[in-house]
Parts: sequence; structure tokens; C-alpha cells
Amino acid sequence: MKRILITAAGLLVAAPVLAACGTESTEQAEAGRAFTVESTDDACTVSGDEAPAGTLTFEVSNKGSDVTEFYLLGKDGLRILGEVENIGADSSNTLTVNAPAGEYFASCKPGMKGEGIRSAFTVTESEEGEEQLSASDQEMVDEALAGYKLYVRDQSAQLLEKTQEFVDLYKAGDHDDAARVLYPVARTHWERIETVAESFGDLDPKMDLREADLEPGQEWTGWHKIEKDLWPADAVKYQALTPEERAFYADDLLANTETLDEKIQDLDYTIDQLANGSRGLLEEVAVGKVTGEEEFWSHTDLWDFQANVDGARVAFDGVKPIVEKNDPELAETLTTRFDELQTLLDAQREGDGFKLYTDLTPEEVKGLSNAVDALAEPLGSLTAAVV
Amino acid sequence: MSTPRISRRGLLGGGAAAAGVAGAFAVGRTTAAEASEASGPAAYAFRGEHQAGIVTPAQDRLHFAAFDVTTDDRDELVSLLQDWTEAAERMTRAEPAGEVGPVEGDPLLPPDDTGEAIGLPASGLTITFGFGPSLFDDRFGLADRRPAALRTLPHFPADMLDPAKSNGDLCVQACADDPQVAVHAVRNLARIAFGRAAVRWSQLGFGRTSSTSTTQDTPRNLFGFKDGTANVKAEETAALAEHVWVGADDDAAAPWLVGGSYLCARRINMTIEVWDRQPLGDQELFVGRTKGEGGPLSGGGEFDEPDFDAVTGTSPSVPVDAHVRLVHPDLHDGARMLRRGYNFVDGSDDRGGLNAGLFFIAYVRDPDTHFIPIQNTMAKSDALMEYLKVTGSALFAVPPGTADGEHVGQALFA
Repeated sequence: MKRILITAAGLLVAAPVLAACGTESTEQAEAGRAFTVESTDDACTVSGDEAPAGTLTFEVSNKGSDVTEFYLLGKDGLRILGEVENIGADSSNTLTVNAPAGEYFASCKPGMKGEGIRSAFTVTESEEGEEQLSASDQEMVDEALAGYKLYVRDQSAQLLEKTQEFVDLYKAGDHDDAARVLYPVARTHWERIETVAESFGDLDPKMDLREADLEPGQEWTGWHKIEKDLWPADAVKYQALTPEERAFYADDLLANTETLDEKIQDLDYTIDQLANGSRGLLEEVAVGKVTGEEEFWSHTDLWDFQANVDGARVAFDGVKPIVEKNDPELAETLTTRFDELQTLLDAQREGDGFKLYTDLTPEEVKGLSNAVDALAEPLGSLTAAVV
Repeated sequence: MSTPRISRRGLLGGGAAAAGVAGAFAVGRTTAAEASEASGPAAYAFRGEHQAGIVTPAQDRLHFAAFDVTTDDRDELVSLLQDWTEAAERMTRAEPAGEVGPVEGDPLLPPDDTGEAIGLPASGLTITFGFGPSLFDDRFGLADRRPAALRTLPHFPADMLDPAKSNGDLCVQACADDPQVAVHAVRNLARIAFGRAAVRWSQLGFGRTSSTSTTQDTPRNLFGFKDGTANVKAEETAALAEHVWVGADDDAAAPWLVGGSYLCARRINMTIEVWDRQPLGDQELFVGRTKGEGGPLSGGGEFDEPDFDAVTGTSPSVPVDAHVRLVHPDLHDGARMLRRGYNFVDGSDDRGGLNAGLFFIAYVRDPDTHFIPIQNTMAKSDALMEYLKVTGSALFAVPPGTADGEHVGQALFA
């Protein structure tokens, strides 16, 4: 299926490469905004790395051996401004995307797996671009929703990919160290879209229930069941799972992840769901992560913490143009408070991940908790500012 | 969308309060005039020469909170004090914390008042703000305005302080006759502060242990004894000026504090179960007063002065280590305090004993002359210390009252 995300402006731009010398106004608007992209198995070559704000086009040619995708990502590397996917070998497709000034990443994803091959891309201020960007309210809403849908689908795809790797390692029985390393990394993709996953009321408890939340007679399955088996140090008289039990719980988790991914493909969102989702993810942090309850055995709570904040921020960034119009003060406060919380989280990074929750001092936990409160309080006003 | 708030008293008391008041906001939970008809003034003005909640007749309930300022921006700190002032003034009038109200606002927004005080009268709520020594570090450019006496209290013998229950940049003392009203006040002020200040610790007190007016009976602490008999009372204008209010010439660095006071807070845990096993006679000797009426052991009624020279048999009638003797003004150059403490019980400890005691609050003109020496004497020699553990400690400078159009402590930032 060839699918092109047509953004708000919806312009069908014929894309002459580097039509910078044009004198007519339409050509001026296009000046420096059209790019070619060559995607191979191990490279992603964009014909430029800077453009003035406005409607940008990327004509993507797949010179690799596998199907590829191309994304324009926000500076967090998570938010998706636009994508073209399913570009077969030797074929091409064009991404047209409306981009305001800011820092971005251009990313090819050969094989449609992993984080992709990224390069920085800068969009500069531009007077005529601002005109192009003065979208109507409905256009802003549509863009936010389309971007969020892409983001959730992308995270779900990565979750599925990493879960497959994780259950393979876990089932192998002699790769537990590698499984333990991958556990918080894979769960990151779950936690980023946790509020969406939770909207499937039957799947969430099968996949993410903590032992403490079990009802009498309820069978415990999912991530945390396996977590306890991989980190039994704190458990009393723990009976390790047999290879057969490992296989059962691993296959169950993978099957549920596949079901989730299928359901997510068709999911559409409303603007209040986006805003409520952002708030909901911060509540997840306040209730379960900053208290160290979520990852009771592995103590990898800060990975989840970061992932919840990522998801909340992506949703906020998506609706930010609307908030900036309706309540500029709120937009500024939320931006500042997100940044302040991120600074504290960054201070706890270690290697590719984070410190264990149990290695945090009470003062560090209090500091994080204060920053969560500081953000969550105004975040409660987000929904009213976007509807 | 507006649902008028009607107080319970308003419903019972009839039309006067409800009629002719335009708008839900103006109705409030009840009015001062309305309440005074029933049981004395139940609402106190927030603004005035001195902050309310010091000489105000001690209410029955306390919620005290200390905050850490989490912003380094002086303007943000000032904006917090402005917002707090507005909210405090509204709440002491039995109005919502925010401008909108608990149920009057946009259904898509969290309410700007948390709602648990809907229908409750003002209940004599006072909200008193103070500034801790740490506020005067290098964050807000206030270092040269720190009063000399505003320092972290020294370590006293028998202090077993929990840092998590001590000190703070700011304090809020909310007192009311209804515990729900006091908790509502602190909860809403904490909400307003998120992003600018965060609660460091807070303490509930369920029963006053002092009387601050001659119109009040002397209450009892959890030792079962009357407490605060010799307190400075609101009616003693000269004594207040001498012992409680900071004078114009007290501290050249802190003219902003003139008319204010110092708040000394001590969380004093009592080893209740051990105390209860002491014979009555011993208990009275420790305190220096009778347990029933509260008269000094040298004879006379509650309000008679103890005679420290009196002898029973071969011993002083009031023992040398009796509490009443060691903290008496005669031993401390006449220094008196305005005490405003509260009994607390924070459930039970791991061994099943009450986690209980006295949350001691004293307002003094100068802690260096009116608190620290007395506390040292008590900690070193007082017979009661056997049954006490001090687990929290803090000192705050309490600015004078807030004038119309000002925020609390405005002179500090002028």
C-alpha cells in the first residue's frame, strides 16, 4: 500500500531540485524547500540539511535491496511530522510536509525496522513560510492528530520488534543477561504509548499487571511476571520458572503485543484524547514511577519514567500550536516545566540508560517528584486549551 | 453553570445571608456577621496591623506546613506570595481558594478549589505566613535583609531531629475550629505553589494546648496537664509589645520585620506509654503543678504565681527540676512567649505506641533572648525531658500584617 501523508496545506508540489533561482512567486516559495533522498541499506543521503520554513518536499528513491520508509522527525527523535512508507526497491515516493522553524531529523528506515538512519535537518525562519504556516484551527487539529497516529503506530511497531527480540532471549534460557539489558529498552516503547495501550481494557492487565494488583484467582502474565523471573534477588522463596513456563509466558506476551499492534493500526484519536493522554502519562509517572512501584524487581523505573514523559511531551508538542494560539502563557509554562523535568532526568542517565531507582537518594526522588507536580498541575489545563 | 454555595448555617439560619447577595462567589460559605450571632466571631480578617493567627484566640485545629522554594527566580517567589495572599484572603472569608470555585468552572478544567470545604463556615480560619533562614541565601538577593536572629535553631540536648520534619524556606500556619477547613487551606496553598514551592513537611494538630486570650479556658496537653497557663494573652497589649512583636529598633538590617514576630516550631514527641505509668505524685512533681486544677505545688489556684521558695518538709514545694520552675520568666530575665501549640497524634509507631506529642509553636520578639536560653535550660535540666524527644525543629520570621493592595511580606521585597 502506498500511502502519502498529505499535510494541511495539501499542496501538490512539483519538486524541481534546488529551484533556487526562480523569479516567479511560486518558485520563490519553493526555493530551497525541495530535496531528494537516496535510501540504501546502510545510508540515507539527503540533498540538503537546511530549509526555510514552509512546505517541504522530499523525493525519496529507494536504492537499497529492502523496502524502506522516510520520516521527518521532531528534535526529540520521536514526534513524527510526516512519513512515507512502503517504498519498494527501485521505486520512489514523495513526502510533502509543512514544517515550522526548528531542529529536526531526516530518517530512512530500510527494512522498516529499528530507529532508522538519521541526520540532522534545520528549518529556519522565513517570512513567506509563515504565511504558508498560518493554518486554520481545523488544520492544526488535523496535523496534530495525524502526527500522533503516526507516532503511536511507530512506537507500537518498535515495541513489537523489541518484544520479539526479548522473548527470544528469555526463552533461550542462557541469554538472561542480554534479556535483562533489553527489558527496560523494549518497555520504553510500551510506556511511551501506555495510555493508548490502556484503552484496550482486556490487553493491558494481561501485559502490564503488577503482582500487587492481582485479584484472588487471577492468573499473572505479562512483562512483570517475566521481570520477577529475571530479577528474583528480592523475592522470598522464589521458584524459578521452568523452560516450558518461560515459553508459555513469553509467547503469551508476544501474542498480546501483536494483537495490540493490530488494533493500533486502525485507531483514530480526537484532540481531547491527545491532551488527556499527555496528562494521563504524567499521572502514570506520579503514581507508579516516581514512587518506584512499577519495576518492583528490576528497579528500572527511570526508563519508564522517561518513556512516559516522552509520550506526554510528544502529545503536547503536537497540540502546542493550538495552545500557543489559545493560551500562550500555558504553552510557555508547560514548555519550561517539561524542560526542567527533562534536565533532572538527564542528570540520572548512566551509559545508554538510567540509574536504578534504588540508587537514587531521597533528595533526588523528592526533586523529581517536585518537578512532576510542577508540570502535572498546569498540564491539567491542557485539554480545555485545545478543544 | 453556576451553582450557588449555601452554607449549612445559611440553610438553617434562613434568608439573611442568602438573599440579596449577587453571584455564587459573593455568597461564600458563610459570612462573619452571620456566624457571630451564633458563637463568637467565626471569621477573622486576613489583613491588618499584625498577621492573624498569633494573638487570635487559639482555634482548636492546626495544619502547619513548611515549604522549600523550588524556583530560583525572585519574581516567581513574589508572584507566589501574591497568589497566596489572594487565596488566603478568600479562604479566611469562607470563599473558594480560586476565583472560580469548586463546581462553578469549566468541566474540562480541574477546579481551582478542591471542594472539601463546600458548605463549611469560615470556622475561624487564620493563615499565617513566615520566612525561614534559608530563604535569605543567595537565590533571591535577600541575604542582606536577613534579621540577625533568624538562624537555623542550634542543636539542643535531647534533640533527635528528623531533617525531613525540620526547617524550610517558607511556612504556613493554618488554624481553624474545623480540621477540614485547616487542611483545605494548606492543600490549596500547596497546589497553588506547585512549580514555585513544594511542601517539605507538614503537621496536623488536633487540639490546642494554649489559650491566647483571657476569654479561653486553659486546655490540656497529652500528659493530661493544663498547658499555657502563664501565656502572653491578646489582652496584654504592653506584654505583647515587649515580648512578641519585633520593635522598630530591634534590627537595623530588617526594618521589614517591624510589627512581625519570630515563630519557633518544635515537634516534641512524648513517650506516652512510659509517662502513663508514672505515679500521679511524680507526674505533678515533674510539672510543678497539680494535675487537676493546675495550681502550683506551692499552693493556690491555676493563676496564682508559684512560690519557688516554699518548702514542703525539707524539699522545695516546686522541685528544682520541675518544668514550671525552669521555664519561668523569673529565671530568664522576665522573658515570656506567646505559645500556640497543638496536640498531635500521627497514628502509632512500629511497636504499637502512640506517635504523639506536642507540636510546640511560640511567637517571640527575639529567639536569642526569648526562646533559645529557655529551651537550653529545659533540655538540660527539666524532669519532663525524660519523657520527651524533639523530632522536628524550625524557626521562621513572621512578617507584620498585610495592608490593602499588598501581598504578605511585601516590605521584604521592596
